[in-house]
Amino acid sequence: MVSFRKFGVMRKLLIISIALVLLLACTKKPDPVSEPKSEDKGFMLMFDNYVNSDKLIYDKYYLNENKDSFKVSAFKYYISNISLKSDDGHNYIEEESYHLIDNGKDSSKIISLKGVKAGSYIQVQFLIGVDSARNVSGAQTGALDPNNAMFWDWNTGYIMAKIEGYSPQASKYPNNLALHIAGFKHPNSVLRWVTLSLPTVKYAENQKVTVHIKTNLAEWFRTPNLIKFSDLSIVASEGKEAQKIADNYADMFSIDHID
Amino acid sequence: MIRKISIIFILSSIAFAQSCKPDPDMDVKAEAPLAFNVPQGWPTPSYNYSNNPVNKAGFELGRKLFYDTKLSKDNTISCGSCHQQFSGFAQIDHPVSHGINDLVGNRNSPPLFNLNWHTSFMWDGGINHIENQPIAPIQNPIEMDETMANVVTKLQADATYRSMFKAAFGDETVNSQRIAKAFVQFMGMIVSSNAKYDKYKRGEAGGAFTQQELDGYNVYKQNCATCHAEPLFTDFSFRNNGLPPTSVNDSGRAHITLSAADLYKFKMPSLRNLKYTWPYMHDGRFNTIDQVLNHYASGIMQSPTLDTKLSGGIALTDQQKEDLKAFLNTLNDEEFVKNTMFQEVK
Ligand code: HEC
Ligand code: HEC
Repeated sequence: MVSFRKFGVMRKLLIISIALVLLLACTKKPDPVSEPKSEDKGFMLMFDNYVNSDKLIYDKYYLNENKDSFKVSAFKYYISNISLKSDDGHNYIEEESYHLIDNGKDSSKIISLKGVKAGSYIQVQFLIGVDSARNVSGAQTGALDPNNAMFWDWNTGYIMAKIEGYSPQASKYPNNLALHIAGFKHPNSVLRWVTLSLPTVKYAENQKVTVHIKTNLAEWFRTPNLIKFSDLSIVASEGKEAQKIADNYADMFSIDHID
Repeated sequence: MIRKISIIFILSSIAFAQSCKPDPDMDVKAEAPLAFNVPQGWPTPSYNYSNNPVNKAGFELGRKLFYDTKLSKDNTISCGSCHQQFSGFAQIDHPVSHGINDLVGNRNSPPLFNLNWHTSFMWDGGINHIENQPIAPIQNPIEMDETMANVVTKLQADATYRSMFKAAFGDETVNSQRIAKAFVQFMGMIVSSNAKYDKYKRGEAGGAFTQQELDGYNVYKQNCATCHAEPLFTDFSFRNNGLPPTSVNDSGRAHITLSAADLYKFKMPSLRNLKYTWPYMHDGRFNTIDQVLNHYASGIMQSPTLDTKLSGGIALTDQQKEDLKAFLNTLNDEEFVKNTMFQEVK
């Protein structure tokens, strides 16, 4: 009898809590326009932009592999479909995984991964660019808002990565550099997968782990395709030139350190 | 015990149902539901509002945006300036469009109707989704020359718009996505399906074809239907119908695909509402149906991408031409061009 009573109370509680959850679930969520704030715990990816061993600073001059000098006024790229692999084979896949890393905006360089389970992580994987599905799904918001100046309105699709700047060697549009790398359809897709091995990262849910990823902008101009700004300083459509640069930047990421 | 539990359950379900109701002031606006209906016998549309439930408040917001010159840089041009209802939402008498600062474009403003069936937008099909269409003219330097970011700022500063966004989407947030979705709640609802032809097909009053119209229907079936396919009178494919390129040398579909195989191909226009939508073709080079038929009879330019069906041209007798024109006349939908639902609210 007592146990039956207890059972009843528990059922009541259970039902009430279900009702509460449903109630809460029904209150309208605001649109996800604001960026996630960095927290003091959790699993983070932090992107640090470099030109070889120097931190990327706007309006400072650098040399590319061909010894052309250049400076940068904008450096932005999309990172999407982030996943982590753990040593026991369970994977973390980020939901709604679309991030715009904008060198001019520090808050954009930290990605806080929600819901990562405790474990030993050995690999991080992501796509440079916005997957083709979101290029054909109509109007988007948040990181994918066309107002982020990373969207072609005349030939629907995202600019996956861009550099804007200046080089005395650049031959077109008085020395402007404008490399807008776009295209999601075969054979002009510039989407590139990146897989980085981690020195095993032990993560417990109340802990803070930051994986620092170094992005080397110099890779855009190095291998496999040496870029001379006298030949190539403007990319404003899909095609071979965008492909060349995408093949180059596919390996611009490396794990710098973890803390 | 069991009874108690069920009472609690019923009460909590009521609470659940209550909490899921939209705001009270949304209820008022949403009370007159607006449905997107697929006309009888038509194919499934490409866009069906599954991610953008259409309601009256959203439609009204879309209509206001469509006719608002605020969306242009100098507040002079609206979508409605180039897409006028009396001309089937094309720009009548303008071979090529006429935008901000009297700048003219390279292409003819196409009519806007039955857009939810389109598989791509613009003459070259560069835009792959209807929700991505409105941003293009807004940001085009020779059309409205404004940035979408500025449009968001302008609308946010306007109390009327803020309350219209709230009515349509539940809160006052204005962003580019909501603007796009509201546009489609208006534009996509512009359906033209009440021409005499439609009544004929549905066996409705006013749909009886004359002998000449029936003969013209056959001429159409034999010569035009493979490309301008029923019931939308286009199959939305890209084809080259043999128009000699002009000095503008518009490469058409190849501009987007960068493929030589697509040179001078354009998105197939519909044959509905031709009475209102002249001039014709992507650059508005023809003013009359007779000129169009003369083109098909003797003006076709041979080229590697010319559609094979047209390599020999389409020669019609004078009688066939008259019959065909009588049939094309049955595709003009007077109800659509006069429908007050689509008019600017002054
Ligand atoms: C300056 C004139 C002008 C203005 C203003 C204008 N348009 Fe257009 N519209 C055009 C032209 C020209 C085209 C064809 C463009 C092309 O093919 O490159 C077009 C194409 C379109 C299409 C594609 C139709 C199809 O069959 O593919 C839609 C939809 C459209 N416009 C809607 C709008 C909306 C919505 C606005 C306002 C935000 C707008 N237009 C403003 C001239 C204009
Ligand atoms: C091989 C496919 C094909 C056939 C067959 C064809 N057309 Fe076309 N038609 C097109 C294409 C493609 C265009 C658009 C061309 C452009 O603007 O560059 C077009 C445009 C038109 C237009 C202009 C519509 C507008 O809104 O600007 C009319 C009118 C027209 N065709 C009538 C006809 C008639 C009548 C027939 C039959 C006698 C016919 N066509 C046969 C492909 C075809």
